[in-house]
Amino acid sequence: MSSDDVNKGRRRFLVATTAVVGGVGVGLAAVPFIKSWMPSAKAQAIGGPVEVNIGKLKEGQLLKVQWRGQTIGVLRRTPEMVADLAKVDGVLADPESAKADQPEYVSGEARALNPEFLVVNMHCTHLGCIPQMIPQVGPQPFDENWNGGFYCPCHKSKFDLSGRVFKGVPAPTNLKIPPYSFLDDSTVMIGVSPQGAV
Amino acid sequence: MANSKSRVSSGANALLNWFDDRLPVSKFWKATMTGYIAPKNFNFWYYLGSLALLVLVIQIFSGILLAMHYKPSATEAFASVEYIMRDVEWGWLIRYMHTTGASFFFIVIYLHMFRSLLYGSHKAPRELLWVFGMFIYVALMAEAFLGYILPWGQMSYWGAQVIINLFGALPGIGEPLTQWIRGDYFISDATLNRFFALHVIAVPLALFGLILLHLVALRENGSNNPDGIDIKKNKDADGNPVDGIPFHPYYTIKDIFGVGFFLILFSFILFFWPEAGGLFLEHDNFIPADPLVTPEHIKPVWYFTPFYAILKAVPDKLLGVLTMGASVGVLFLLPWLDRSPVRSIRYKGLWYKILLGLFTIAFIRLGLLGMAEGTPAQTWEMRFWTLVYFMFFVLLFFISPKAKTKPEPDRVTH
Amino acid sequence: MNKFATYLFSAFLLLPAASFSVFAAGGGALEHSGVNVNDTASLQRGAKWYVNYCLSCHTISYMRYNRLAEDLDLSEDMVMQNLVFSNAKFGETMDIAMDPEQAKKWFGKTPPDLSLIGRSRGADWLYAYLRGFYQDETGGWNNTHLPNASMPHVLWRLQGIQTPMYRQETDEAGYTHEVIDHFVVTTPGTQSAEEFDRTARDIAAFLTYAGEPAQLKRKGIGIWVVIFLAFFTFIAYLLKAEYWRDVH
Repeated sequence: MSSDDVNKGRRRFLVATTAVVGGVGVGLAAVPFIKSWMPSAKAQAIGGPVEVNIGKLKEGQLLKVQWRGQTIGVLRRTPEMVADLAKVDGVLADPESAKADQPEYVSGEARALNPEFLVVNMHCTHLGCIPQMIPQVGPQPFDENWNGGFYCPCHKSKFDLSGRVFKGVPAPTNLKIPPYSFLDDSTVMIGVSPQGAV
Repeated sequence: MANSKSRVSSGANALLNWFDDRLPVSKFWKATMTGYIAPKNFNFWYYLGSLALLVLVIQIFSGILLAMHYKPSATEAFASVEYIMRDVEWGWLIRYMHTTGASFFFIVIYLHMFRSLLYGSHKAPRELLWVFGMFIYVALMAEAFLGYILPWGQMSYWGAQVIINLFGALPGIGEPLTQWIRGDYFISDATLNRFFALHVIAVPLALFGLILLHLVALRENGSNNPDGIDIKKNKDADGNPVDGIPFHPYYTIKDIFGVGFFLILFSFILFFWPEAGGLFLEHDNFIPADPLVTPEHIKPVWYFTPFYAILKAVPDKLLGVLTMGASVGVLFLLPWLDRSPVRSIRYKGLWYKILLGLFTIAFIRLGLLGMAEGTPAQTWEMRFWTLVYFMFFVLLFFISPKAKTKPEPDRVTH
Repeated sequence: MNKFATYLFSAFLLLPAASFSVFAAGGGALEHSGVNVNDTASLQRGAKWYVNYCLSCHTISYMRYNRLAEDLDLSEDMVMQNLVFSNAKFGETMDIAMDPEQAKKWFGKTPPDLSLIGRSRGADWLYAYLRGFYQDETGGWNNTHLPNASMPHVLWRLQGIQTPMYRQETDEAGYTHEVIDHFVVTTPGTQSAEEFDRTARDIAAFLTYAGEPAQLKRKGIGIWVVIFLAFFTFIAYLLKAEYWRDVH
């Protein structure tokens, strides 16, 4: 064994090339393993769109349905409720829902395709509890100037009747709005955006 | 440039030193890799040990992922396997890795064992190395058998039925023993559930322990080589064997090449022929387990068929089971049955080549007969090859000490 | 001599000794079906035949409609209009509304789920089975490849009715048997013999695909994996050769 005529450059190059190609191979081989943790075709089928009949929903009534294991609320707001939304803008953290997780086709104070119906993911953006709806306007133990909205019993986060979060509460963002669309006047499809919308 | 490079390497050195003060990292690397001197004349057969480790790693990774989607319950098991094959993203790849890996494990292990028969690696002072290897082989058979039940197809069910009933042949304790194994009066949910636990936890843990012992025993006396001579007898002035080279980098690099070549073969099967014509995945196992209907032709998976043929060759239930047990058990005794003064087939003489050739044909032929339907002519043939199988060990014991050997060389040859 | 050579050859190599390459059951050698799962049009036709003639009794309960659409190049609308007759949703599996108990009453046993029939029986058997229905002496349906099957010939309007012509055959032990020599079509169907062969082939192809949907993608991925590994092995070989110059 003589090490005098060893081409060290060639060895370094081959070691590096083998290591890089082998590393790429291991990385590519890891992809199927990692991806196998994604929701399966079965989970996707079960998590498919949910049809909700809202024809019998009374004004001021909240209907809760399950979509992908989440509680989705459909609230039929009275015209007063919609009109009152603007009143609380001053105490909200994000009145324009700039940071909110919501489809592009809902915007403004109403955060809805049709202002009359709020479709909202009920889970508090703090730690996932489900806030209670307290629609009455007037002083509450937790807020003297309550204008109606959602109140989370877990950590006292407050949201208005569009699910917009108040300032100074632990929840960081407004309640999420799932993708949804209207099949007709009395049917909401949760999980599907309106045709043409993203 | 050079400066920053040396700073990086000195930083790495400092980190290594920090660890070395607390953990024998460098010491371990030196003892098992750079300081481990292996004979320089390894040939094809010496890839198989590292390839067995590679297959073990493939089985562990794919197995862990499968266990995340599989349901060990009699009502859900079959469907959960199809769920993996269809609904889980890349699930088919992970499952085929595991099924192909199972068969390749046995291909590699059988060749690895055959290497020992060729070059006498089981002979003193490596008897324990061989014995630990045999324990690994038996554990692997148990692991494969347990795993084969999990898809809960017809072959899973009836294969388990036949194998578990073998224990029923034992006089007196047979029947209670089979009930104890099954946890029920027939193969049921309880059986499947416990076999799952054994397959994913108990047997793998035992395998790890045995593989560790196997490797420690290997490092103690060093590897044998195709010439079967002791390289430590020929040392240079510094005390290093003249025919030895450090395991790292020479054999680590050689094994990387071997791994690449092996993975090409592995991928060919996995992607283009995963059923291997019904050998690796049996057709009847795509029918859900049905305790009321026995498939027309029950046979174990290919790697068990040589022993299954030996079982079928004996017309008595208890004797058949004992003979089959003996056919595996006798392998444990190989180091003491082979009493030849030399290790390698190269110097043992013609008699050994003939014996080993016949033994090999017997093993393969028994494997094929074990799969066959079993005509009377085939039964007689199985008996003949069973006899050849056992005669190998008998003749080896009597001929090996007396036979004339060829002179061994002083230095290894290529 | 020739037989002996084959025998020796199979003894030395682990090659089919006519034992394990044979599928589970079904009599006689099988004609090659010519099924090609990469022929998307054939799979589409097969799917259509299947949902019209087979799905009313035989579920494919591991096959999802949306997967079918993706693999067979069909749009959601095409699948929902042409292949889904139940109230199943696009992401659901090919199940049926038939009550298993009722089915048992009608056919003597519950018609099996056919998700994996392509894997347990093989394409050639399916092809032979679908073409093997005939009217026997009792006037009832029978099948060459699954004698006394409880399944009626649901495709008879397409194939027509065939009856067997027998011939005598003497086996090795000297016993004489009546075996089916060929079929005579007694009532023609709407399809010609060639057309019906194609129909049977399409259904067999569809069931072969349904047995393992991943097979459509598997080989395409495999080619790239093998090419990559060959490249890696080549570099590893150069590296090994470079280091081993020290030894040789």
